[in-house]
Amino acid sequence: MATYFTKDHEWVRVDGDIATVGISDYAQSQLGDVVYVELPEIGKQLAKGDEAAVVESVKAASEVFAPISGIVEGINAGLVDQPAKINEAPEGEGWFLKLIIADKGELVGLMDETAYKAFLETL
Amino acid sequence: MAHASEAETTATSLSETPLADLHRRLGARMVPFAGYAMPVQYPTGILTEHNWTREKAGLFDVSHMGQCFLIGPDHATTAKALEALTPGDFQGLGLGRIRYTLFTTAEGGIIDDLMVTRSADPGADGALFLVVNAGRKAIDYAHLAANLPGDVELVMADDRALLALQGPLAAAVMARLCPAAAEIGFMTAITAAIGGIECAISRSGYTGEDGFEISVDADKAEALATLLLAEPEVAPIGLGARDSLRLEAGLCLYGHDIDEATSPAEADLGFAIGKRRRAEGGFPGAMRILGELAEGVPRLRVGIQPEGRAPAREGTEIRDAGGSLVGIVTSGGFGPTAGGPIAMGYVSADCAAEGTPLTLTVRGKELVARVVPLPFVPHRYFRKSAS
Repeated sequence: MATYFTKDHEWVRVDGDIATVGISDYAQSQLGDVVYVELPEIGKQLAKGDEAAVVESVKAASEVFAPISGIVEGINAGLVDQPAKINEAPEGEGWFLKLIIADKGELVGLMDETAYKAFLETL
Repeated sequence: MAHASEAETTATSLSETPLADLHRRLGARMVPFAGYAMPVQYPTGILTEHNWTREKAGLFDVSHMGQCFLIGPDHATTAKALEALTPGDFQGLGLGRIRYTLFTTAEGGIIDDLMVTRSADPGADGALFLVVNAGRKAIDYAHLAANLPGDVELVMADDRALLALQGPLAAAVMARLCPAAAEIGFMTAITAAIGGIECAISRSGYTGEDGFEISVDADKAEALATLLLAEPEVAPIGLGARDSLRLEAGLCLYGHDIDEATSPAEADLGFAIGKRRRAEGGFPGAMRILGELAEGVPRLRVGIQPEGRAPAREGTEIRDAGGSLVGIVTSGGFGPTAGGPIAMGYVSADCAAEGTPLTLTVRGKELVARVVPLPFVPHRYFRKSAS
């Protein structure tokens, strides 16, 4: 399974036609303790760059954008009661949602893990 | 991912407090705040720091705040000079006593809120020690300079740092390091040495907890902070937790909950208007402020408890049960001790009663909320019976 990253610090893990989306470890560290998550409804159609979810730390609210277009196929509903999972395991148990990928061509514009690490060095 | 409500942006030539190096060594994340690079959090994070302060003792660097003295020939002269700019009773302020007050505009708005201390040392009489907000100190100092009489001088104390030690175990720490300070009651002050370092110590704070605010020479600040941090009950706490602690305590943040467009009566700060001053007036905006205290205000600062988990941030619109716009949130977020979202804001007077149902519009969705009494977390100040 290939994992891709965006410059806005979302990650996408692709398994066949399904993409799992979350925020990177860097993103959670910048955000701080997450206290609230708002997830989209299943079936919602998201275009690349649409607001897919909202995540709030003690300090601020942030939007999570859809890294690619697709239809929401599943959400990590457990996050609502345990938002701290996003801090504990952002690239694992702290995933946000699963999309049915609309256009695999959109993955081309994203970074792989090596490129993302290099990108973080520039920040 | 994008930050939608990150307040601080530009970072042009920030000032540093005398503890900036220490913050960095402690792993703080530094952010611009009121022109200073300040620690927003240390590696443990805001939630842990917040809870530590509620359970033990947190050490805050608040050296960005403005410290200054008003120095006149005697207490009455200096007190009268300050009374010309504030609604507080300073002629009646006893030795070693502290009072919270406001610089008011001629229109009855709030230029700043501040703490005023009269030294416990009779030899220092004629001097009042002021602590003002970092973001307002240039305005406050200009206001003082323009309005003080010729025999009262403004002396800035830019060579001093300010630390706050806050939490239920702050007094136990102080009892070991400076027993005299551990004895004083809420809103009183003494001068005493901590580990051989001369300090001006106040029993006051901005968290709702018992605690102390300690003014110290800038070049001794790191030694003092290091000494305090060596105590097992003490951990460094950043501005992030300072904000969630003060919001739970129902305390106003200048520029958010109060400003030049809000009056003390609207802000529910009537306690800051001395009894004698209510009778005599004679402070900027007295006509409006005293009129509002007597006859009521069109809008009032209240506590707001949203149902559910979603925080309602500053700027959130408040509607009544009928859907009419009745106010706006001025501070809002997550209260770790309160265990959920909390907010303060202004609502029209007919919606200010405890229990009034409100609707908050957050990202286009309607959240149910209600008016609740402040503070969200009870104050635990160390009050000594009146002597």
